[in-house]
Amino acid sequence: MALMNEQEQSSFLPRQAEVITAESLSKKERLLRLRFTDGHRLDHQPGQFVEVSVLGIGEAPISISSSPTRDDSFELGIRAVGNVTRAIHLLKPGEILGVRGPFGNGYPVSRLLGQDLLFVAGGIGLFPLRSMIQYAIDYRERFGMIILLYGCREPAERIFQGELEGWRQAGDVEILESVDRCPHDQAWEGNVGVITTLFPSIRIDPERTTALVVGPPIMYRFVVAECIHRGMARDRILLSLERRMKCGMGLCGHCQINNVYVCLDGPVFSYEELIKLEETEV
Amino acid sequence: MSIAAIKKEDFTSSVQDMIHENVVYGVKQKYPGFAFDRISAAEELRLDYDITLFPPTTYLLPPRDTFVEFTLDREVHIHARAEPQPCIILGIHPYDLHAVKLLDAVFLGNRVDVHYRARRNATLIIGIDCLTPWPYSFAASMGTALPPRIFDLWLTDLGGEFLMEVGTRRGDGLCRRYFNVKSACTALIEQRDRLREESLSRYRLALDFPPREIPGILDRGWDNPLWEELGEKCFSCGSCTMVCPTCVCFDVRDRMEPNLKKGERYRIWDSCMFYAFDKVASGENFRPTGTDRLRHRLYRKGKYMLERWGELGCVGCGRCIHACLVDIASPVYAYNRLAREVM
Repeated sequence: MALMNEQEQSSFLPRQAEVITAESLSKKERLLRLRFTDGHRLDHQPGQFVEVSVLGIGEAPISISSSPTRDDSFELGIRAVGNVTRAIHLLKPGEILGVRGPFGNGYPVSRLLGQDLLFVAGGIGLFPLRSMIQYAIDYRERFGMIILLYGCREPAERIFQGELEGWRQAGDVEILESVDRCPHDQAWEGNVGVITTLFPSIRIDPERTTALVVGPPIMYRFVVAECIHRGMARDRILLSLERRMKCGMGLCGHCQINNVYVCLDGPVFSYEELIKLEETEV
Repeated sequence: MSIAAIKKEDFTSSVQDMIHENVVYGVKQKYPGFAFDRISAAEELRLDYDITLFPPTTYLLPPRDTFVEFTLDREVHIHARAEPQPCIILGIHPYDLHAVKLLDAVFLGNRVDVHYRARRNATLIIGIDCLTPWPYSFAASMGTALPPRIFDLWLTDLGGEFLMEVGTRRGDGLCRRYFNVKSACTALIEQRDRLREESLSRYRLALDFPPREIPGILDRGWDNPLWEELGEKCFSCGSCTMVCPTCVCFDVRDRMEPNLKKGERYRIWDSCMFYAFDKVASGENFRPTGTDRLRHRLYRKGKYMLERWGELGCVGCGRCIHACLVDIASPVYAYNRLAREVM
């Protein structure tokens, strides 16, 4: 009888990653660049997520914000909303963060080759999308037109402005932005309105465009309707879902939608797949 | 494997020897019913029990299970903890063994959970036929009144003696070491089969149709008013899931020692019936009502687990029916009602 002593195999054991840089993106969001102390790469797909640990406080599922095509480090964009993410915001370069993963399916990169990509990011939905946008830029010639629609509640919440400007200037990505409202103490000359108000300004070929959408649940219904209205097939609309993934292995039950596990079968689903599930928000 | 018989007085002294050398969990009387607990004397054993408050699967998936320990000093040390104490579960009923079979599929299937595997490998199972089911059980109609062949040893109470069937090599070793058995004649085996047959007629609750039809009935019942009718009464107390032998959902939490240097990460039973089970950091709750959660639980039991792990998520023990404070948790009631309405 083999009693176990296979500690290294426990899927719940976090690996140690060192904070290389940590910068504030806005009042509530920070971007951490991390590298595993054992020298291994994360080896992720764009769109996947990790479980991030602050030992003694807890674990939280966080999407990966950088493309695997960059160096051996990886980036996590994190909004402070709970105990774990608030603790992560206190981390300084040189300190250690626990990381498990990567988990989930990520974007079907090979299926997207040669396609026009329509990214639709609501707020920090840009965090997971950035991993795929960077990927597409790093292999720019393998993709068609790339459009990014980026909507925030107000101008001060916009993140990655420098990087977006770089993409725009390099001619890699056509970027349209909108804010829901502009308070008097903020400056904004762009579009005001929910993200779907940007749709009339873009030209897409529904036959060769795939939409990659990440944002709050309420946004999905309206963006999907817009995409369908523009003639896109259901399986060309990819949505990334947020659930409370605790284990990442389809065991703990928290991320289950009907009989689908967001941590295994997602977080990226096509609208075609989601429409069959009674419990989704779309 | 072999079938033998052992006199009850011999059995008791054998169990005493076994307790002396092993950690044995068995069934004791605990007012007002029965419960699995560590056995320290063979006389405490009540193998004639009808149901235990909590299922014996709690020894394989403990309510609180520390799986990672760490120290935060100048350096960070993290290690997994998975060295469970070997033990014997004595007196598991067939329906609960069917639950173990499901747990095996969940935790040892596509992805091996090393913490579960360690406990499972360290556990020997001696089961016993349930000849006097309690009023809430519907195991006979679920096909779970007879044991699946994953036991190490299996007992049947024949009155003056136990019939003992060996299921595994480990069970055979246990039998040889402790139990003074004699070979069982065909008559005794026939007596066992007769007793089993008779016991099937003692179940008071029954699914009205074969259990394999549950998923198809659920497929047609998503929008049925039944869920609202039951769900609006739900207290979201989670009792139905706490006593369930097939409930496997958990939360992962950290705890620090007061010195803030040593700590542990553990999994703890969670329940899809709790309000915040599906709540995410942004505040969104994906199953905000009792109806959403009750329906999810009964779909998980009757359909999702079967589709994903090949075993139905309900073994018909009836514990949830008894545990529910407002009498809405019964899978057999819900499935029968739904079947009548959608067929």
